[in-house]
Amino acid sequence: MTSNSDTRVVVTGLGVTSPVGGTTTETWDAILAGRSGARPMDFDWVTKYDLPVTFAATIHTKPQDVLAKVETRRLDPSSQYALIAAREAWADAGSPEVDPERLGAAVGSGIGGVWTLLDQWDNLREKGPRRVYPLSVPMLMPNGPAATVSLELGARAGSHATVSACASGAESMGYAIDMIRSGRADVVVAGGTEAAVHPLPIAGFAAMQALSTRNDEPEKASRPYDVDRDGFVLGEGAAIIVLESEEFAKARGARIYAELASVGISADAHHITAPEPKGSGAARAMRYAIERAGLSLGDIGHINVHATSTPVGDVAEYKAIKAAFGELADSIPVTAPKSMTGHLLGAAGALEAVVTILSIYHRTVPVTINLDHQDPEIPLNVVTGEPLSLPDGDIAALNNSFGFGGHNVALAITSV
Amino acid sequence: MAQSEQEILDGLAEIVNEETGLDTTSVELDKSFTDDLDIDSLSMMTIVVNAEEKFGVRIPDDEVKNLKTVRDAVTFIGGAQS
Repeated sequence: MTSNSDTRVVVTGLGVTSPVGGTTTETWDAILAGRSGARPMDFDWVTKYDLPVTFAATIHTKPQDVLAKVETRRLDPSSQYALIAAREAWADAGSPEVDPERLGAAVGSGIGGVWTLLDQWDNLREKGPRRVYPLSVPMLMPNGPAATVSLELGARAGSHATVSACASGAESMGYAIDMIRSGRADVVVAGGTEAAVHPLPIAGFAAMQALSTRNDEPEKASRPYDVDRDGFVLGEGAAIIVLESEEFAKARGARIYAELASVGISADAHHITAPEPKGSGAARAMRYAIERAGLSLGDIGHINVHATSTPVGDVAEYKAIKAAFGELADSIPVTAPKSMTGHLLGAAGALEAVVTILSIYHRTVPVTINLDHQDPEIPLNVVTGEPLSLPDGDIAALNNSFGFGGHNVALAITSV
Repeated sequence: MAQSEQEILDGLAEIVNEETGLDTTSVELDKSFTDDLDIDSLSMMTIVVNAEEKFGVRIPDDEVKNLKTVRDAVTFIGGAQS
């Protein structure tokens, strides 16, 4: 029960539902194959509202194909995705036998239950207050997915919803590390979820010119670091992992994918949406993660970058990597999964943590697609063409996530 | 246009199934909503509102607490229809 900042935290289970696959394996295989999840949206509201963006990286496997009907009825899609990913992760970890009071949940979302909020607003206006679904509030609240996972697994050590826009999923994993190191829990189920492929967020992101408008070529629209990038592609889904103290995991003979060695967190306090132009806040997050993991700059053999494919954001992240790594910046192999998955907002950091964990576990870094002409302002060593094999021995990687509001989160993941 | 007791029971069972996932055959006249079917007050309100729409009746909020069994609900709906 005592706090111990040296406690090693390991990853024992993975769960994903994403635009490229309904499970972790499907998603990893699609990413290794360089397959895009971006596709035209065939919803009637796309033409009804004359949206300027007509495609997204929509979910690969619909929740109604996986969940019971009553679950899809009583849960917002953001909680449905979280439930699917949590069940997979828990089973993948071998359904650990753990005292419920030593089991925690930390699941973040960037936007929360936007479908429920606006569907029920329509109900209120069209049919009156009596027709508003009694479960509306628990469905739309931002801690709904965390609560759903806590209920599903009987996690009683604490249930937490980290909310930091597109860093939410990564921050939840950092929170989980803290829960285990502070002695509050032996096992924590952590990750992120997002179900915001809805006309309002799309219109909002489009109004701020953050989305790619490459409507005629959805699969080529997400192109981090390419000179012709014109914004991000909205994605949806969830990724959840099972974290345990190494002692607990080893005692039960669990399969260990990797160590989640540390989290580095900082805030820009610069602008509500624009990244700090020199990348100093993001650089601090990366340096904190490296220091707290007991690593040095030269130990980082791979960076899974945030790289959303926006003109400004991609350059800012490069400057941050440069500020953190100096001369090493341009040689470290990096990859940008959003080129295939789109941007899952509050689930992005969690999904990319899973990709980073599997990159370490399989010693294989997937490619970045659509990098036809690399921006000369961003001379990073981007993995393209074929997946890159990582060397034997101890290896370490960073996973970057940044969110509107100036949130910077870097996770350090190491081999075991 | 009053419906028979069986028609109301069948319709109610469908509503209960949709909201809770319970099998329609488990919705029997003598079952208690709370004790036998484990339906909480939030689900009960949804069932009531959906029943109003399906059967074309009004079930006042004050009346809901008196609907302890499936039979109570079927009887109330049948009476309200006639």
